[in-house]
Amino acid sequence: MSKLHVTCTVNGDPREFLCDPADTLLSVLRGPLDLTGSKEGCGSGDCGACTVVLDGQMVCSCLVLAGEAEGSVIGTIEGVAEGSGLHPVQRHFLEKAALQCGFCTPGFIVAAKALLDQTPNPTETEVRYWLAGNLCRCTGYDKIVKAVMEAAAELRQERIPA
Amino acid sequence: MNAPERPDAFKTGDLKVVGTRPVRPDGNDKVTGKAVFGPDFKAANMLQGALLRSPHAHARIRSIDIRKAEALPGVKAVVTREDFPTLEDILMNVGETAGSVLDLSQNVIAREKVFYDGHVVAGVAATSEAVAREALALIEVDYEVLPHVIGIEDAFRPDAPVLHDTVFTRGLDEKPEQPSNVPLRMRQAKGDVEIALGDAAATVSGHYSMLPVHQGYIEPHACVASWKADGKVDIWCSSQGAFNVRGLTSAILGIPTGTIRVMPLEIGGGFGGKTTVYLEPLAVVLSRKAGRPVRLTMSRTDIFRASGPAPGAVLDVRLGATAEGTLTAAEVEFKYSSGAFSGYEVFLGISSAIGHYNIQNYVVTGWGVLSNMPKHAAYRAPGAPQVNFAVESAMNELAEKLGMDPLELRLKNAIRPGETSMSGTPHGEIALVECLEAARDHPHYSEPLGPNQGRGVACGYWGNHGGPSTASVAVAEDGSILVVEGNPDIGGSRASMALMAAETFGVDYGQVSVTIADTSSIGFSGVTGGSRTTFATGKAVVEASRAVVEILCDRAAKLWNVDRAQVEWRDGEAICGAGEKAGETLSLARIAAKADNTGGPISAEASVNPLDHLPGYAVHICDAEVDRETGHTRILRYTTVQDVGRAIHPDYVEGQMQGGAVQGIGWALNEAFVYDANGRLDNPGFLDYRMPVASDLPMIETVMIERPNPAHPYGVKGVGEVPIVPPLAAVAAAVSEATGVRMRDLPITPDRVHAVLHPDG
Repeated sequence: MSKLHVTCTVNGDPREFLCDPADTLLSVLRGPLDLTGSKEGCGSGDCGACTVVLDGQMVCSCLVLAGEAEGSVIGTIEGVAEGSGLHPVQRHFLEKAALQCGFCTPGFIVAAKALLDQTPNPTETEVRYWLAGNLCRCTGYDKIVKAVMEAAAELRQERIPA
Repeated sequence: MNAPERPDAFKTGDLKVVGTRPVRPDGNDKVTGKAVFGPDFKAANMLQGALLRSPHAHARIRSIDIRKAEALPGVKAVVTREDFPTLEDILMNVGETAGSVLDLSQNVIAREKVFYDGHVVAGVAATSEAVAREALALIEVDYEVLPHVIGIEDAFRPDAPVLHDTVFTRGLDEKPEQPSNVPLRMRQAKGDVEIALGDAAATVSGHYSMLPVHQGYIEPHACVASWKADGKVDIWCSSQGAFNVRGLTSAILGIPTGTIRVMPLEIGGGFGGKTTVYLEPLAVVLSRKAGRPVRLTMSRTDIFRASGPAPGAVLDVRLGATAEGTLTAAEVEFKYSSGAFSGYEVFLGISSAIGHYNIQNYVVTGWGVLSNMPKHAAYRAPGAPQVNFAVESAMNELAEKLGMDPLELRLKNAIRPGETSMSGTPHGEIALVECLEAARDHPHYSEPLGPNQGRGVACGYWGNHGGPSTASVAVAEDGSILVVEGNPDIGGSRASMALMAAETFGVDYGQVSVTIADTSSIGFSGVTGGSRTTFATGKAVVEASRAVVEILCDRAAKLWNVDRAQVEWRDGEAICGAGEKAGETLSLARIAAKADNTGGPISAEASVNPLDHLPGYAVHICDAEVDRETGHTRILRYTTVQDVGRAIHPDYVEGQMQGGAVQGIGWALNEAFVYDANGRLDNPGFLDYRMPVASDLPMIETVMIERPNPAHPYGVKGVGEVPIVPPLAAVAAAVSEATGVRMRDLPITPDRVHAVLHPDG
C-alpha cells in the first residue's frame, strides 16, 4: 500500500506529510505533525474533542481522511492564540473556570471561536446548539456557555471602531 | 444565580486568599492544547500495542495459538495469560477500599474463562498500530462458549449460569452449599421495623430499578510502559492515583513496588473510573517481552465494553411515618450488579441509604450480584445514587400521602449536628437543615409551573473520605513557594492547594506554584477520589507550609540575633518583636536570599492520614416539562444547594455541583448499558450511549452553604461526589408530577414516558 503525499497549511504554516489512505486527519495531526492538542475521545464524530477548522468549516478531524487535506487550510487549537497571548475565548474559559479536567477544552475552544467568527452576537440557545456536538462530562456546560457569551461580548467591543 | 451565599452564622475568620477565584495554575496549558494527557505521551523508540478482546460474554478458553501473530513482520511481542504470574489471593487497597488482587488480575487478562464481551485475552506490541491490529487477527483462540447471564434478577436465580464456582454468599446465617452469583449479603438493622410499620399513620412502598451507567470520561484510558534491562519500570499514564497504579501493577505482576516509577500525566476525567488498572500491567509485560517502550490506548468502544460501569440496581423500599410526618420506619432492600467480579458498592449503598434522616426503626439489606458484564468501577459517590433514588422517591410519595410539602417532610426528619448517623458516626458541623431551608426559600421553589411541567426535589448524602496524603513545600532562592503533591488534578485542585498555601504564608496566590510529582519524588498519597483531595492533601500542604513558616521565623531570628519567640509571621514576612531591631520586618525573599548563611535550603514535607472528614449534603430542585406527543423530557430549571464546608475556590466548587448534577440528569433520563441476546453490549459509543449535551440543559444554579469543618485549617469538606446523589430522584419526581404517573424505573427515556402517557398505544 503506497503512501499519499499531502501538502497543506496548518495554523498558517506550510506542512507536508505522508499518510496511508485510511489514516484520519486527526491521526496525522497527532502523529507526524505532532499537534496533540486535538484529542480523540471517540473516533466516531460524537464527542467533538478533535474539532478543527478545515477550509473555513468546523469539522471533526477524526471523520476526515488525511488524504482529503491536500491543498487545504487547517486551523487547530495550537493556532487559536497569536504568539504567547491568549484569544479572548481562551481567556474567558480560564476566567470563568469553564474547564475541570481540560480534555474536551481544545475542541470547545475551536468550536466556540468558529461560532463567534460567524455569529458575533449569539443567544444562549444558539451557543448551546452550536456546542451540542462537543461533549463535556465535567462541567455540566454552565460555565462553558457563560465563558463563550462573555468572550462574544468582549469581541463585539473590539469590533466597534474607536 | 451562581453567586455564593454565605449565611451569616457561618462567617468566620478574615481570609485573604481562600475563597477567591483566581485562574488555575495549569489553565494556560489546557486552553492552548499544550497539556499532555494520557494518550498524548510518546517515548523514544516506542511500540504500539493492541489488545485482543473476547467476543463472547462467557466462555472457557481451551487454547490460544499465537505463533502466526508472532511471525508477522513488525510484531515484537505477543502476551497471553501464560505471561502473568499465578497469584495467591490477597486483599489490598484499590482506590479507596480493599479489593481482591486475584480478581483485578483476572480482569486485566482472562485466565481459564472470559467473563464478558470485551474481556482481554491477548496483547500485541508492534512497530505500528496497523501491524498490531493485523497480528490480533492472526491469534487463534479456541473458545468453549458457555451460557451467560446479564440481568440482576436473572443472575440471582438459583438456576442461573454461575460465573465462579468459588463464590459462596457471605453474610448469610449459614454458608450456602452451592456456589452462586451472589458474593455478598449485608444487613444493618435497628429497632423493630414490622411493628413500627404496623403502627405508622402513613406508609408507602415501591419497587425501583435502573441499569448500569458509565462514568463517561472523555479521555480514553492510555499508558506507556518501559521495562528496562535492570528490572526497573517506568509508567506514564493518566489515572486518579499514580501510587494506586504503582501498587496494583506491583501486586498483579509480583514485582517490587520500588522498582516501578509512575509518572502522572494530565487526566481527562475519571469520576472514580480511573481508580483501578486495566492497561498498565499489560503494557509492562509487553514491554518486558519486546525490550522497548509500549503504548496502549483504549478505543471508545472498548471503554464501554470493558471498563467502568456503576452498578445497575433493583430496589424495594417501605417507609412509615406519623401523621405529623415523623419517620418511624424504613425497610430498604437492594440488589446491585457488580459485573464479573465482586465489588464494594453494596457496603457503600447501605451506609448511604438513610443516613441523612433520623429513623429509629430500620433494616437495610444489600446484595451484590455477579453477571457477565465488565467488573464494575467506582463512579462518583459509588453505591449512593442508586439507593438514594429509591429512598428519596419514596419520601416524595410519602409527602404527597401526608399532604406535606416534600422539603418540610425532610426538614422534620433531617439529621442535625451532634446526632448519630446510621453508621454510628456522630456528625459534627453538618448543614443539611440549612440546605433544606435554603432550597425551600429559593425563588426557584415558588416559581409557577405551566402545563405538562413538574417540580421534583430530593436530598442526599455522601460520607466523603480523608486518608493518606503527602506534600512538600520549598522556598526558592527568590522567595517563591514551591508546593509538590501526589494527587492528580482532575478539576482544579492545583488552584485550591496554591490558595491554601498562599493563605498560610500570607502571600499572593501568584507566588505559589504547584507540581504533581511522580511516585518516586514524593511520599505516598491515596487516590484523587472520595472527595478527599482538597481535604486531606490540603491538610498536608497546610502542615508543610506551617513547618516552612516555622523555619522562616527561625532564620529571621538568627538574622536579627534574637530568640525565635520574639519573631512573628504576618502577611508574608517576619516581624521582629524585641531588641534593637524591634518592629523591623524581613520579607520571604530576603530570608530566602540569606538561607545559605542561616542553615541551608528551606523546605518541609508533611504526611497526614486524617479521618476527621465530614459528610456532604445536597438538596436539588428540578423542573421538567414533558412533551406528550413524543415523550421527551426537557429540564427547564435546576438548582443545587450544598453543604460545602468552605469553598476554597468557589468556581471549582460550583463546577463540581453543576457537573455532578448533570451526570445525574443523564443517569435519570438517558443513560443505560443495553445488552443484546448474546450478552454483547449494544450501545458501546457516544451516539447510542447518550450523555447530556449543552442543548439538553439550562444553567445549573448553585447555592453554597458554607459551614466550615472545624477539623480542617480552612474548613474544607469534600464537595465532589454528593452532587450526583440527589438528581435521580429529583428528576424522576419532576417527570412524575408532569405526567401524573410515578416514574420508578430509570432511565426515563421518551418511549417510557410515551408509554405511561398513552397506555393504550
